[in-house]
Amino acid sequence: MAEPLLCLQHVCKRCGGLLAVDHVSLAVEVGRITALIGPNGAGKTTLFSIISGFLAPSEGRIFHRGTDITGMPPHLLARRGIARTFQIMQPFAGLTVHENIAIGAHLSRRSRAEALDAAADVASKVGLGQVLERPAASLTVAARKRLELARAVATNPELLLLDEVLAGLNPGEVAAMMPIIRHLAGRGITIVMIEHVMQAVISLAEHVFVLAEGRIITQGAPQEVVGNARVVEAYLGHGAAARLAAAGGTHV
Amino acid sequence: MKGASLAHIVLVIAALAAVPLLTASNVVLNFLVVALLVALVGQGWNVLAGYGGQYSFGHAAFFGTGAYVTAILQMRYGVNAWIAFTLGIAGGALVGAAIGALAFRSGLRGSYFALVTLAFAEVLRILASVAPVTGAGVGILIALDLRPQAFQFQGRVPFYWIVLTLVAVSLLIVRLIEQSRFGAWLVAVRENEDAARAVGVDTARVKLAAMTISAAITAAGGGFYAQYFLFIDSGIAYGPWISIAALLAPIVGGIGTVFGPLLGALVVKTLGEIAKLVTGDAPGLDLVVYGGVLILVVAFAPQGIAGLLTSLRLRFARLRSSPPERAHG
Amino acid sequence: MLSLTILVPAILNGLLTGAVYGLVALGLTLIYGVLHIINFAHGALLTAAMFAAFFAHRLLGLDPYLAAVVLTPMFFVLGYCLQRFVIGPAAHGEDRNVLLVTLGLAVVIENMLLYAFGADTRTINLDYAFRIVDLGIAFLALPRVVGFGVVLAVTLLLWLVLSLTDTGKAIRAVAKEKLGAQLSGIDVAHIYAVTFALGTACLAIAACLLIPTYYVNPHIGNAFVLVAFTIVVLGGMGSVTGALVAGLFVGVVESLCGLYLGESLGQIGIFVMFILVLLFRPSGLFGERA
Repeated sequence: MAEPLLCLQHVCKRCGGLLAVDHVSLAVEVGRITALIGPNGAGKTTLFSIISGFLAPSEGRIFHRGTDITGMPPHLLARRGIARTFQIMQPFAGLTVHENIAIGAHLSRRSRAEALDAAADVASKVGLGQVLERPAASLTVAARKRLELARAVATNPELLLLDEVLAGLNPGEVAAMMPIIRHLAGRGITIVMIEHVMQAVISLAEHVFVLAEGRIITQGAPQEVVGNARVVEAYLGHGAAARLAAAGGTHV
Repeated sequence: MKGASLAHIVLVIAALAAVPLLTASNVVLNFLVVALLVALVGQGWNVLAGYGGQYSFGHAAFFGTGAYVTAILQMRYGVNAWIAFTLGIAGGALVGAAIGALAFRSGLRGSYFALVTLAFAEVLRILASVAPVTGAGVGILIALDLRPQAFQFQGRVPFYWIVLTLVAVSLLIVRLIEQSRFGAWLVAVRENEDAARAVGVDTARVKLAAMTISAAITAAGGGFYAQYFLFIDSGIAYGPWISIAALLAPIVGGIGTVFGPLLGALVVKTLGEIAKLVTGDAPGLDLVVYGGVLILVVAFAPQGIAGLLTSLRLRFARLRSSPPERAHG
Repeated sequence: MLSLTILVPAILNGLLTGAVYGLVALGLTLIYGVLHIINFAHGALLTAAMFAAFFAHRLLGLDPYLAAVVLTPMFFVLGYCLQRFVIGPAAHGEDRNVLLVTLGLAVVIENMLLYAFGADTRTINLDYAFRIVDLGIAFLALPRVVGFGVVLAVTLLLWLVLSLTDTGKAIRAVAKEKLGAQLSGIDVAHIYAVTFALGTACLAIAACLLIPTYYVNPHIGNAFVLVAFTIVVLGGMGSVTGALVAGLFVGVVESLCGLYLGESLGQIGIFVMFILVLLFRPSGLFGERA
């Protein structure tokens, strides 16, 4: 079997007395779309922050292509090809859409003109081509989500960590965003996505990890995982799976 | 946000260069030399704060170091004035790098950064007021030696050319930064540090580089001051007045723009002179005006004069185009 | 080695000075804790208060301790107006702007005083200024002992106001959770102004305690305010008790540095401490954050 692109071994994060991330071990295969799901407060975003270098793990190690990257700062991880988006969007508010994306593109391009060209290219791929010269602060939520995505993509990542890029979008906007993500995966970018929109997880992801109370409680193909009683209980509370089964369905 | 073009810079510098051809008035030239000096010092602050978002309240630390190194090397060690001036710039840059390394490594931002820069400037001021090498409380006088190779001149015109050249260089440096990847990264740091780190910007290093360049430009102002007035003491070199002048000019002119500091310096100096004319040359009054201008600009024109001009131009363009197009947001 | 007969008075005197430092810092830290801004005009306002106390005595013959009764409410109102009508509106809610506006205010106030009264250093003469309290082991200046007592009383009073009155509770609510406080109907702009007013009122009291044994000139506030910044950072930004404890501590450090190193270098000791704390322990030595 090929070496996993990203590998976490017994990663823990203590916040005060609480174990926000509790001995998480997982492997992300090259070229796949992997989803990380779980109820609110499960530690998903914390885990992303650890992988992308914004938080140091209390215990455990993280490997990227076999190299130990534990504790490496975010900018070096970005240079290794690990890019992330933020759940709470973090645009360069005073800059235009074009300039925002160009800053991502600058990672591999010194020249201003080349970075701006590359940025325009990425913008048109994610559907921001029409608003290039608009200030980032003036965008709608849906457009800001795309901007988050575009800026990360412009760094030419091999691993893209997407933190709820579909949250807060209406069904039409979600439908418009899905082919974009699929297209990125088609270009060979490995994607790990935190997502609450189950329909998107099922149709996009090839592998799903379920996190609850800081622990991975199960993993597998999306269809299997979603039907899993432990997952239902993690979302809906103890005994919920039995009640649902009694009621004759396990839809989440 | 369109940057200034090279043609604009050439045009502005050419216009200023023409002034000595039109007038030989010492009053006018002295006014312009001091205004350009403030523009230079302010351009230094602008690099760090206007583009990088790091508000320093202690740029006197760099101005004073430039001035003292220039003066001390000449008077105590017999170094040629031009070399001393160059080393003064290097010294200022070094102090900037040292303070920056300490402050940014500790992750100081916002108010904390303003406080720590202020404190460093004060420490240097107190040290300069007691150390023998700086002439302690008496200050240091550069001996009269009216030769070009000693960076001293009979009239004011050569000083005017020199400070104008320094301002021109600083404009070009800032324009170069604006056009470069470094500049894009610096602005990214100003706008959102976390987002910048996520796309591969080494924020600590970018800030440190900005602080070093910023300090070097401001130190050039200090060295020039020493040669022009031939006297400095701790209150002049490291005093709060220069830290305030350094931030006032770009804020009034337009923070984070190439021409902001120059524009602001000319306006601020003009207002200061008017205040003196109206009420007589009382100590403190020009500073009262400066403080008032600072508050008013922040309150009513946060983008400075450059921002006012831009919005005027936009309004004019909108009037001419019909139907009126409304920008969202 | 210095003997106890020198050391103990130095420490006691340091404590007395430190108490007034603490009071100046108290105003600063209160404003920081609630508004989350550093008030760079704090020193200039202290200077203004000292001039006010000076002229109250010189022109009206008002004893500084009596003047405090008049000046404290006056400076309360002044502080309220400054925050409500100048700093608040001018800053447009941006922290960077607050820095600049309060710096601008500092420059205006300081230089108006310079313009009006010149750079001269002034003192007042009071018959009790040189009266001594004999503790057996040390002689202490009476006005400074009184000052110490007043600072303790004021701190206690402030603490009571903050914990018992409705306004005090509102202030603490805004400090903890501005948005929540706003949603529960608290007028945040008003609370901000009241807090700023309390901080400014502390300065009026500090000024009246200082003027009997100290001097005044237009730049005097700067010396105090940098010490006050040190104390605020040392005590933990926003912590009221931290400010008092750190104030006493800094007073003793300054007194001992002065003893060993001489006046001007003793001052540097404070700055160096300030920079070191900012760089390495920005959350303060005595811990708790607001």
